[in-house]
Amino acid sequence: MAGYRELLQRVKAEIDEIDAQTARELLDGREPPLLVDVRRRDEWDEGHIPAAIHIPRGSLESRIERAAPDRERPIVVYCSAGERSAFAARTLGELGYEDVSSLAGGFTDWKRNGFPTQVDRSLDRERRTRYSRHLLIPEVGEEGQLRLLESSVLLVGAGGLGSPASLYLAAAGVGRLGIVDADVVDESNLQRQVVHRTGDLGTPKVDSARAAIEALNPDVDVVTFRERLTSENADRILGQGWDVIVDGADNFPTRYLVNDASVWHDVPVVHGSIYRFEGQVTVFKPGDGPCYRCLFPQPPPPELAPSCAEGGVLGVLPGVIGSLQANEALKLLLGIGKPLVGRLLLFDALTTTFDEMMLRQNPSCPVCGEDPTITEYVDYVEFCAGVHA
Amino acid sequence: MTVVRIPPTLREDTRGAREVTAEGDTVRDLLDDLTSRFPTLEGKLEFANVYVEGEDVRTLDGLETSVADDSTVILLPAMAGGSSAENAAHFPRV
Repeated sequence: MAGYRELLQRVKAEIDEIDAQTARELLDGREPPLLVDVRRRDEWDEGHIPAAIHIPRGSLESRIERAAPDRERPIVVYCSAGERSAFAARTLGELGYEDVSSLAGGFTDWKRNGFPTQVDRSLDRERRTRYSRHLLIPEVGEEGQLRLLESSVLLVGAGGLGSPASLYLAAAGVGRLGIVDADVVDESNLQRQVVHRTGDLGTPKVDSARAAIEALNPDVDVVTFRERLTSENADRILGQGWDVIVDGADNFPTRYLVNDASVWHDVPVVHGSIYRFEGQVTVFKPGDGPCYRCLFPQPPPPELAPSCAEGGVLGVLPGVIGSLQANEALKLLLGIGKPLVGRLLLFDALTTTFDEMMLRQNPSCPVCGEDPTITEYVDYVEFCAGVHA
Repeated sequence: MTVVRIPPTLREDTRGAREVTAEGDTVRDLLDDLTSRFPTLEGKLEFANVYVEGEDVRTLDGLETSVADDSTVILLPAMAGGSSAENAAHFPRV
């Protein structure tokens, strides 16, 4: 019976080997061969030859045909030292590939020659498992997941809308979540604000939200702002580099402030608002669609816009609307699909219907129009109250 | 008669009705008809955006935008609620 060394010798005698210098010349040539790295995933992750594709040896037979449908195209296989690739080369020969060679000395020799290598950004094993259902979706995949992990979302409000939005964004692996909220958890919040628990009563909402998010996904870096967004702090908070803002504010002054600040900081806002059984969702993307002021140039007088505290809200409604906001935010971060830019979705929980309305940019909008008249923060409380005084 | 969707914030003025029918060939006529039948709507409709077939009438012919019997007309007001603060006042503690 042949031992490993003997078997390797026999296989090497059957296949063609080329050295690193020859391989490099071929790869730089006019018709470069297909270069296949047959090492394990962890070896590949630590660095590989730039032009290579990765097919671990264990999957070679099943995956090579899709990667190399043309059996006449030359193939060079490599591993770390040229042993596994020798067996791989023989296998490819058996599969009918006509011109296969193994890189003698493998990746080790390639590096020793000082030839270029490449390290891909990639997910470690734990993340690969945690986000496996994302990785299976072509529109997300590893590239998209890495993108989410490097993304930042600012949530204005950790209430009804901010609760589901923050939980889903955290679960999705958005790497940095900022939360702005000055309030503490109140008993009447718990009917819908699912990021907070009964044991959190009296705790600042930013703290209980942080605890829930960190318990859900340690990948997320939570940045808390236990304050209300104001004209004074808007630039400081927005200046911290956010890719998307999720607006779940509970009052008009903050809505208008979020709008103006987002236009000036050029950050898209995923807007959601709720009352009783109805919710609105849209995306205000500066330069690419209308802003909140294009839609509602003036806030309604308070008596025409009762809050949820005054008029009530079905507990699950912010769950629906906040989840839709998370969906829009993820699409914006990934650059996929068709976000709700220039469209407003109106949801009626009582009839379970969605209506869609077209929103258009107002060329004479005082903030995002052609000739803006509001170019710095105003007194938003006065703006929302004074108009109708 | 055209069906007009009433937002939740104005339903107290329409005896709770989510939809009401109104008569008229233009948005202005519809709104006038509504106000004459539900007088407490007076002065409130101007704060709602009006959509005919999903289009904001401000981008069409405004109040003169024509409507048909089978038009979908939706009144859309701004809603502040994100259901955050327990008081949810319109005037935040700044």
